[in-house]
Amino acid sequence: MTAALQAEGLGRRYRTKWGLRDCDLTVPEGSVTGLVGPNGAGKTTLLRMAAGLSRPTEGTVSIFGEPVRPNGTAHLQRVGYLDQLRPLYKGFRVGEMLAVGSHLNTKWDDASARKWLDELDIPLDARVRNLSGGQQAQVALAVCMAKQPDLLLLDEPVASLDPLARTRLLQALMGLVAERGTTVLLSSHIISELEPVCDYLIILSSSRVQLAAKTDDLLAEHRLLVGPASEAVPSEAQVIATTRTPRQTTLLVRGSLPAPGPGWQHLQPSLDEVVVAYLSNPDAQSVEEVAPANSSDGAP
Amino acid sequence: MGNEPLLRFRLDRHSGLPVYRQLVDQVRQALRLGILHPGDQLPSVRDVVEQVAINPNTVHRAYRELEHQGLVEGQAGRGTFVRRSLPGLTKQHDALQRRLTAWLASAHAAGLDDEAIEAMVARAKESAEREERS
Repeated sequence: MTAALQAEGLGRRYRTKWGLRDCDLTVPEGSVTGLVGPNGAGKTTLLRMAAGLSRPTEGTVSIFGEPVRPNGTAHLQRVGYLDQLRPLYKGFRVGEMLAVGSHLNTKWDDASARKWLDELDIPLDARVRNLSGGQQAQVALAVCMAKQPDLLLLDEPVASLDPLARTRLLQALMGLVAERGTTVLLSSHIISELEPVCDYLIILSSSRVQLAAKTDDLLAEHRLLVGPASEAVPSEAQVIATTRTPRQTTLLVRGSLPAPGPGWQHLQPSLDEVVVAYLSNPDAQSVEEVAPANSSDGAP
Repeated sequence: MGNEPLLRFRLDRHSGLPVYRQLVDQVRQALRLGILHPGDQLPSVRDVVEQVAINPNTVHRAYRELEHQGLVEGQAGRGTFVRRSLPGLTKQHDALQRRLTAWLASAHAAGLDDEAIEAMVARAKESAEREERS
C-alpha cells in the first residue's frame, strides 16, 4: 500500500510565526481523509504545500512517493486542489471554464463534467459571477473532478453551502471515489458532515498533528463516563477530557475499561464530542501508525 | 445492471448506530417485509453512495456483513444479490397482531406511557426466554 500523501517533518514559517510545524502524516491511497482543526491550525498551509503552491520551510511532502517540488509540474496531473476561495474566472461562462480546463490538462473528462452540471441545473452558458455561491462551488469541483486526479485536495469544500448543495456535493464526491478509487483529503469544520464520508480523521491543532486515526476506531475506542462527583476516577482510564459540576463528573476516556465502576454510566460519544475533547485539551495526543485502508475490515 | 435500485437507504445521524450497521438493518428489514426477494440485486455501491453521501468502504462493509450472515452473495463484476429471505409477517400472524394492539390499548388505558411499556416488554422477553430455556 502506497501513501497518496506523506509529510515528514513538514513545516512552514510565515515571517516569525509557524503556520505548520513538525508535521508527520500519511494519507493512505484510496482513503477519504478528513482534516479538522481550529482556524489557524495549519490546514490550508498543509494543503497548499501538498498542491505545490507553497514551499515548505522545512521537511518534505510527497505525493504517491514523489516529493513535491514547488513550481514543478510532474505531480500536477495527479493532484486536484480546490481552494476555499473557489477560484474561477468570474467573467467566464461555465462552458468556457470547462474549455479552459480541457486546454490546460492532459487528461480531461468533459462529458462527465457536463453531465454533472446538467443534473444540477447549472446552465453552461451562465456567467460564473451570476451563479450562487453553492453553484460556483459545484462548478469549481466539476473542473477539479474532470481532470481525473488520483488525489483530490479540498479546502473547506462544503463551507457556506446550504444543506442541499452540501449533500449533493458529497454525493458526487463519493460517487467519484466509488468509481475511480480517488484518494481525497478534505478539510472541514463540520465534523458531523465528515463522519459518514471519512475513513480517516486527522486533527491539526496549534500547527501540529494532534490525532490521526481511523474514524471507526475513534468511535470504538472512546467512551463517555458520567457519574456522581464523589465517584473516584477509574485508575486504569486514560482521561482525555473532564467536565465537572458540583454534583456530576463527565469523563471522555480512551481505551477499554476492564471493570467499570458501578457508579459510572457508560455512553457512546459522538465523533463531535471526541474531536472537541481533543481540541480543548491540546496535551492529549494520539497519533497511530496509520495502517492501510483495508487493514482491519478487509475493504478493497 | 443499470436498473433502478430496488431499495433506498436512509441515514439517521443521531441514532448512535454505526452507518454500516444501519445499512445492514435496513436490508434485513426489507427482507422481513418482503420488499426484497431471493435473486434481487442490492443497490450498487455507486448508487448507495450517491443516495446517502457515505464512504464506499462503509457500503462494502455492510454488504460483507450480510454475506457473512448468508443473506446475500457478491458476484464478481455483477453486483450483490439476495440469497435467502428472512421469516416475515404473514396472514397467520394477524391474530397475534390484533391481540397486541388490544393489549397496547389496555396498557394506555391503565396509564402506562411508551417508556413504561417498553420496559414491560423487555421484562416479559427476559422471563419468556428464561421459561423457554428451562
